[in-house]
Amino acid sequence: MLEINRAGIPPLVLCVLFAPLLLGIINRTKAIVGGRTGQPLFQLYYDLLKLVRKGAVYSRTTTWVFRAGPIISLAAVLMAVTLLPFGNCKSLVSFNGDLILLAYLLGLGRLCTALAALDTGSPFEGMGANREVLFSALAEPALLLGLAAIARDTGMLSLTNIHMALASDEWTSSGLILALVSVSLLVVFLAENSRIPVDDPTTHLELTMIHEVMVLDHSGPDFAYILYGAAVKLWVLGALIVNVTLPAKTGLAVVDFGIATAAMFVLAVLVGLIEATMARLRMPRVPQLLLGATALSALALVLEFGGL
Amino acid sequence: MQLVNTTLVLVMLANLALLSSSRLASCIQFVAAQGILLSLLPLEMAHGESFEYGRVLTLAAIILVLKGWVFPMLLSRTLRTAQVRHEVIPMVGYVASLVAGVMVLSLSFWISSRLTFPHRPDSPAISTLVLPFALSTILIGLFLIVTRKTALMQVIGYLVLENGIYIFGMALAQEQQFLVEMGILLDVFVAVFVMGIAIFHINREFDHIDVHQLTSLKD
Repeated sequence: MLEINRAGIPPLVLCVLFAPLLLGIINRTKAIVGGRTGQPLFQLYYDLLKLVRKGAVYSRTTTWVFRAGPIISLAAVLMAVTLLPFGNCKSLVSFNGDLILLAYLLGLGRLCTALAALDTGSPFEGMGANREVLFSALAEPALLLGLAAIARDTGMLSLTNIHMALASDEWTSSGLILALVSVSLLVVFLAENSRIPVDDPTTHLELTMIHEVMVLDHSGPDFAYILYGAAVKLWVLGALIVNVTLPAKTGLAVVDFGIATAAMFVLAVLVGLIEATMARLRMPRVPQLLLGATALSALALVLEFGGL
Repeated sequence: MQLVNTTLVLVMLANLALLSSSRLASCIQFVAAQGILLSLLPLEMAHGESFEYGRVLTLAAIILVLKGWVFPMLLSRTLRTAQVRHEVIPMVGYVASLVAGVMVLSLSFWISSRLTFPHRPDSPAISTLVLPFALSTILIGLFLIVTRKTALMQVIGYLVLENGIYIFGMALAQEQQFLVEMGILLDVFVAVFVMGIAIFHINREFDHIDVHQLTSLKD
């Protein structure tokens, strides 16, 4: 049953406006821990404004696939935002099984980015697409099994219903499952958003890039869409983690909204700390990390079926 | 019950970490952590009026010292004195091992859903996770013994196997406390001797601890 809730509009607006700020917070945290001043918090906004005003350059070898890639991937992640509940607000759109749609909207966005990268004909971009697709294929079971464990735990099938069914006493009754899924989701979050320890967003060597190398040929507004889409994706997966780890609801819509927003920024600080303190994993170790996350999700699901 | 479950899940995570880690030193640390966690089990499982604090505490202390300190110390000393590579040298890759671990866990849950625990109606309920986790720890121990080439890793696998049997024993301890506890302690002592001596001899005779070399004959 498809449900449309007006209550889902404020979280959507919040995400659209503040998603780029998360990256600013991550960078600022990294800079402070590293003893630098760092870029302004709103750097990504300035970058986006600058890029939108520029023109785009297209290589003669590219086709419409290259032009459609950034737009479709941005549209896909924006659709994913409408499926996510936030704080005490239901999501804009919800129906039974929308958690699978969420996973595959992210997949669609990735597919279009990868196709656009392959369309350029550049070997570097092909290599990046190869890695990105491999790693996200390995991260997908972790995400889906984790969501399945929580869905089974609450007995609900849509993200909004799951979120509403999760209450603070969930941590006392099935805290183990929530903890396992949270850790697994954090790994998925880091991998899908190309953060350390899976990928280094600041790397400047094409050979070691994963996500960045796929978007080397995009310019102007197209590149702005890609940067903005990446920020929104960070928000989507971050909101998923916040929903699982902070199921407490006070009942006051404004307070819950504030708590969830604050939690998003705390998560950004956490990611900044992880990036500042950890080194990037060697490429062959990454599948191991992702399979470890899958193992945690699978463990949570098995525990759930085992009647914990 | 919640405490027992948490401990068991942490033990399982240590198992998964053992399956996926490549360095002997970190494997020793994981098995030590597992031992420390297991020493908490008798304290967490003991309840009711009839149980004697002294005996349970002694058992927990012995387990803590042996599994959490003596074994890891013996193992890391061997690692230091034997001039060997500090890698695990797996025959089944780490990723495949991890997948196998999760499959073993699901299998154990399936098997234990078919088994009924000997259980007196008046004794307190045992966590439903004990049986599957004991079984999977035993099987993962066996898996480690079979798929790792280094002799030290075989000892670690044996320890994990023993830990599984110990969890199993703890579940039964409520019926036959004294017997089970004695069995566990005897087991542990035998393990110390056998492993200490075995590693020492393998190392002295062959100058390395790669068990694959044992198949080639010498005169």
